Amino acid sequence: MEYILIIISAVFVNNILLSQFLGVCPFLGVSNKVSTAAGMAGAVTFVMSVATLVTYLLQNYVLIPLGIEFMQTVAFILVIAALVQMVEIILKKVSPSLYQALGIFLPLITTNCAVLGVAIIVVSKEFAFGGDPQMLNLAESVVFAIANALGFGLAMILFAGLREQLELANVPKPFKGMPIALITAGILALSFMGFAGLV
Amino acid sequence: MSKLNILTKGILKENPVFVLLLGMCPTLGTTTSAINGLGMGLATTFVLMLSNVVISAIAGFVPAKVRIPSYIVVIASFVTILQFVMQAYTPGLYETLGLFIPLIVVNCIVLGRAEAFASKNSISDSFMDGVGIGLGFTAALTVLGLVRELLGSASAFGVKFIEGDGILVFVLAPGAFIALGYLLVLFNKLKTKIK
Amino acid sequence: MARESTLKNMVITLASITLVSSALLGGVYALTKSPIDMAKVAKINAAISKVVAEFDNNPSSEKFAKEMGGKSYTVYPARMGDELVGYAIESFTTGGFGGRIVLMVGFNSDGTINNTAVLSHAETPGLGDKMVEGKSDFSVQFQGKNPEDFKLLVKKDGGDVDAITASTITSRAFCEAVEAAWEVYKLCNEENIKKEVQDE
Repeated sequence: MEYILIIISAVFVNNILLSQFLGVCPFLGVSNKVSTAAGMAGAVTFVMSVATLVTYLLQNYVLIPLGIEFMQTVAFILVIAALVQMVEIILKKVSPSLYQALGIFLPLITTNCAVLGVAIIVVSKEFAFGGDPQMLNLAESVVFAIANALGFGLAMILFAGLREQLELANVPKPFKGMPIALITAGILALSFMGFAGLV
Repeated sequence: MSKLNILTKGILKENPVFVLLLGMCPTLGTTTSAINGLGMGLATTFVLMLSNVVISAIAGFVPAKVRIPSYIVVIASFVTILQFVMQAYTPGLYETLGLFIPLIVVNCIVLGRAEAFASKNSISDSFMDGVGIGLGFTAALTVLGLVRELLGSASAFGVKFIEGDGILVFVLAPGAFIALGYLLVLFNKLKTKIK
Repeated sequence: MARESTLKNMVITLASITLVSSALLGGVYALTKSPIDMAKVAKINAAISKVVAEFDNNPSSEKFAKEMGGKSYTVYPARMGDELVGYAIESFTTGGFGGRIVLMVGFNSDGTINNTAVLSHAETPGLGDKMVEGKSDFSVQFQGKNPEDFKLLVKKDGGDVDAITASTITSRAFCEAVEAAWEVYKLCNEENIKKEVQDE
């Protein structure tokens, strides 16, 4: 039950992109086509869940016992950067076809604030969105990360679908490109507000 | 390029938000009011300025392959220092901006300037670039914050001048996207007029 | 510009940068630790002095925890001379629209609510955040009320509280937190009465 609540809350009510504004750069940058958006979403899901698992363990079994929580931001971003690099190398060796699909998105993920954001949220009491800033346990943290990644993917794919249609529309010149994309994203965010209060 | 040029190009010609469309997360996430936008902009400027200077100083010693991780560590260190200082002296603002303060680390503007400018230019030029881009970012965030605050809460910089509520949606998430979208339209329109 | 990458110089560079950075951060952490703690205490103290009647002790140094329903609440007693003038009780609920709401609720010694203050919340700006004092008259209606005869429920639920327009969930959560504080107050009060009986 707890897990279902975490998932619904993260995917619909507090969608990481449309209501928390984490990961907006790739959201606007690589959402021209549904297929690329799906690729990005897949890569983010993978990195976000593994990164959250690793940073959770790092925080609770290394940083806190050593009393060096002040290194949190530095340590986390290094872990994410290293992880992305590792995933890239492994993927290249193990599954060239998957690498072909996700490869170009991987370097972009290091600077995707959704990944670092989720990693920080699950270990800190001060920041919390959509819920109780109680410490999540390991399983809950990973579920939270996966749920947020799914929310990211959902928003990403919906938005890419809309943008594909926009391509065909006759948009006034000053609106072309980013402005109309932003306004569309706003309307999409508006529709997600309908989920508010669901949990 | 003269120092003054480096400083001013970040504000208008290469404005990180309106022209380069970078750093969208804090731009959308923290601009519920003009003050919050201003605070976030200045916090980013602080990090950008210092990281540009340090990265420009160490760029010559850093081997090419560990360039990015090294820069990230430098940036993350300054962000952490900023976090401590804000928690100690401006706890209210720190609470409002919340998660977006540690997330300055992954702001593409900061790493982007490190890579594109600071690693190739002198320390003093890099400092000017950091200040210029930082101020451009601050200006953009303050303008967006002001617009959202005006429409959303019918006040400016926390001063209420009309009784009653504004159009609430502008303070909420969808309003951020829509307000920035229309500001970009305006910006594009002005740009073509000037040309 | 950049140097040739060999394994040795890559490791040395990264290690030394990380070392310098951790030394620097350790230093700044040590320097800012006490101002950070002071800022936190100052925030609590400011809330306490807002919600209880005039006092001359330091409630923060006399604070104690009170268990109720499996949750722990912090109680700050306020005294004037030897006399107890009231309690400031840090209460919370997770039932807000944006999750957790933390309140400081001040009670006078006769059980009336002196005042309330919001310590932290994540309610919607312009809607739920009207519960914050000064943003609307919502929080004013609790002042001087005794929960014995002022039912801490919104009117929709059969209580006496005027809810914030379009923010019933927030209003309910606020009432819930005040109600919890009231229960904690009653526990503290009972103990005091017991103590007085024993003293006599």
